[in-house]
Amino acid sequence: MGKYILKRLLWMIPVILGISFILFSILEITPGDPAVMILGESAPPDRVEALREEMGLNEPFLQRYVTYVADALHGDFGSSYRTKLPVFDEILSRFPTTLKLTVGGILLVVILGIPLGILSAVKQYSVFDNVSMVAALILNSMPGFWLGIMLVLLFSVKLNLLPATGVNGWNSYILPCITLAAGMMASVVRMTRSNMLEVIRQDYISTARAKGADEERVILRHALRNALLPVVTIVGLNFSSLLGGTLIIETVFNIPGLGALMITAVRSKDIPLVMAGVLFVALLGGFINLFVDVLYVYIDPRLKSQFVRGKGK
Amino acid sequence: MEEKREILLDIKNLEVTYQNDGETVRAVNGLSLVLGKGETLGLVGETGAGKTTTAKSIMGLLPKKIGKCTGGSILFEGQELLSMDEKELRSIRGEKISMIFQDPMTSLNPVIPVGEQVAEALELHNHDGRTREQIEARVDEMFELVGIPKARKHEYPHQFSGGMKQRVVIAMALACNPERLIADEPTTALDVTIQAQVLQMMTKLKEEMGTSMIMITHDLGVVAETCDYVDVVYAGEVVESGTVEDIFEGKAHHPYTAGLFHSLPSMGKKKERLTPINGLMPDPADLPEGCFFHPRCPGCMDICKRKKPDDIRLGTQTIKCHLYGKEEPQGGCAD
Amino acid sequence: MKKQNEKKEHESQLSMIWRRFYRNKSAMLGLGLLAFLIIATLLGFFIVDYNTDVVGMDMAQRLQAPGGGHLFGTDQYGRDIFARILYGARISLTMGVVIIVISFTIGGIIGSVSGYYGGFVDNILMRIMDIFYAIPYNLFAICIVAALGSGMINLVAAMSIALIPMFSRVVRSAVLPVCSQEYIESARACGTSDLRIIVKHVLPNAIGPIIVHATLNIADTIKAVAGLSFIGLGIASPLPEWGAMLTEGKNYIREYPYLVIIPGVAIMIAAMSFNLIGDGLRDALDPRLKN
Repeated sequence: MGKYILKRLLWMIPVILGISFILFSILEITPGDPAVMILGESAPPDRVEALREEMGLNEPFLQRYVTYVADALHGDFGSSYRTKLPVFDEILSRFPTTLKLTVGGILLVVILGIPLGILSAVKQYSVFDNVSMVAALILNSMPGFWLGIMLVLLFSVKLNLLPATGVNGWNSYILPCITLAAGMMASVVRMTRSNMLEVIRQDYISTARAKGADEERVILRHALRNALLPVVTIVGLNFSSLLGGTLIIETVFNIPGLGALMITAVRSKDIPLVMAGVLFVALLGGFINLFVDVLYVYIDPRLKSQFVRGKGK
Repeated sequence: MEEKREILLDIKNLEVTYQNDGETVRAVNGLSLVLGKGETLGLVGETGAGKTTTAKSIMGLLPKKIGKCTGGSILFEGQELLSMDEKELRSIRGEKISMIFQDPMTSLNPVIPVGEQVAEALELHNHDGRTREQIEARVDEMFELVGIPKARKHEYPHQFSGGMKQRVVIAMALACNPERLIADEPTTALDVTIQAQVLQMMTKLKEEMGTSMIMITHDLGVVAETCDYVDVVYAGEVVESGTVEDIFEGKAHHPYTAGLFHSLPSMGKKKERLTPINGLMPDPADLPEGCFFHPRCPGCMDICKRKKPDDIRLGTQTIKCHLYGKEEPQGGCAD
Repeated sequence: MKKQNEKKEHESQLSMIWRRFYRNKSAMLGLGLLAFLIIATLLGFFIVDYNTDVVGMDMAQRLQAPGGGHLFGTDQYGRDIFARILYGARISLTMGVVIIVISFTIGGIIGSVSGYYGGFVDNILMRIMDIFYAIPYNLFAICIVAALGSGMINLVAAMSIALIPMFSRVVRSAVLPVCSQEYIESARACGTSDLRIIVKHVLPNAIGPIIVHATLNIADTIKAVAGLSFIGLGIASPLPEWGAMLTEGKNYIREYPYLVIIPGVAIMIAAMSFNLIGDGLRDALDPRLKN
């Protein structure tokens, strides 16, 4: 097991290097001169040229990339063009807000999505099932940001119950979390339901019934665990798309998180900030995927015996 | 003629239909069978003849909403199973009637250790208030009976081979000493050598425990080896029934039974060509008029197309065919 | 003779799929919604003039409520929302379909080569895709848009590139089980060229799940295009992209909520039609998954 984790961690190094290279190349073709951006449009050409020299912008592309990586390895990801602050500090100061939003979203998905999916499967074709399937379809078809706007319209503008924008206290997280979770919740409900239905048809469920187990026992003891295994992976894999979702949701609700920071950075061509932000998100996603995979090994005995006993079957 | 038989299970005119995509599939059409104490009854027929459906009806495990018993009766020790509610059925399932499913690969829960799965049957029917240790002891005993080292009870199904899995399934089915065991093609999914071992073990256990058994199979070899009585099933009804001797050595047969035997290669006569039964099983959503077998029957007569044959008794044998009912007035021709 | 038989069987399989699809009420609803959208789009070509109706401003007519002279009302510049929605349907549907076709073609080539050859080639290609996959795809798309600049063509390019890693994985996993089938081996044994095997034997047998994925992803892409336009990194005003219309309407949400409700409903209907069709196709292709 330790070997596997180590291998996965080592694999992250080329991934991060690859991402940084791809991103560096993409940002290279971004129009606009960083030096001009820092000094402003009206800066005299000689000062721009001096700054370009100082920033190493006149070096060839590959050399600049190598320098970037070397600096990054020393923990220096550069400073934002806009605020002149080290980008790492900027990211870390924004991240907690986004983390709260994402964790809240995931919790909503798990706490509501999975039980709803199970109930739908157990009561297949009932009114409850039909309603939740239609709701899932609608949530799945709504763009998240529009759902956010509609929620604001209803709960903030019309009912005046919850704040529409900004972060002041816990209740300002409610609408953003719901908005963020909605799409994923819809797919988790549907997936849990269809896995459950699939599992219920398996022979081992008939075996359990043939033993005289009652419906509750069949569902909770025999079906649930098998049905939830794939859902764990999906929730884990979707963590990074949920992080991606914060990009737009934070804009809708005017939340000063990482997503909003990234959008501003992209708009203002703040290259060091974009680079560091994307690398941060990718690294975070990598760790979460690793965590989910390891968790999976412990909850699926088929994998457990393969890894824990060493060489596998 | 069989006064000494003590009837344990008596199925009369069982009818089961499935509702599928707006079609009504008539899977079982007036099937009757009798199982006596300590006997093994073979249920023989092609895939799709309604054998498994019959087994599932006895267990009350027909797929909900889709499958339905529309007629007939299933008497178990004099009690009507079809009118029982879930709770009563559950108390019978696993304790008095057990079932072994076709594919051992899929009939064990992949995320629960095998020992626990065997123990579960005991826990669910724990009337004598057995302690955890007693249950575990019984599990060990069962594992020993089916020939698995008891140390392996903590392992998961995927760590076992097909034959070993089937042994686990058998241990599970027999753990509560059921009076009746339904084995649905218990050896079809296994290698030939393993098949023989498993069959031998099942026969041995059955004799030791005094269990009656319904052996569902399409393998006549299995029937010859294990059964006392045989019912040949075609399109959801029994077309011929009798003792194993009647079926294998008797002279008179339903044309379908005869066809089944002709489809078998035999060691002695190498030159002889196999004569398969022509055609396919009728679509159970669109069964033919008259005798269900007539479109494929080599000896099909006029009457077969119009009138359903009755059961004709010949000694211990029953045959559902117009060939054997000739002494009766031929009512079919009159109209 | 044999080939004819095969063809017949193939046909009957298709008609079987169609029959199952046809009987599925929600799938037919999806098809109906799509037909409705397409008719609306076509109608837009005839009854809507871009310069006068779609972008032509008329301050005298601004912010009129729906109903009356304007079916969906007018926006803050007095533009008729109905005309803009009709024109927007053209943009959204085209973008959704074109992006998916491009990314699926490229991703499909990568995925099927990877799945078919396996081993070293597979390893290299999939590891490269892993690298791209580690970036959330809308973040990736935003970076590409930033580099290329906004605008319709650039947005198509950005989204297509961003989606390739996912689709190459989808195609690979659809192709893999087919590649291990015996008829592929027998085709190889007959000396059929790899390209021919992939195109003639592998893809037709793996196409089901791929089409389902593609259809469902059109819905996601329509939403994503609207999202990018909403944050100002996609198609910009005055083009009546539905997401861009939402951005403009957002400032008037208190007094004129219809400005944000109508474009949103339009996006939802478009996405829903593809979602319903995709689900219906999945059920029709694999009826085992139903019931």
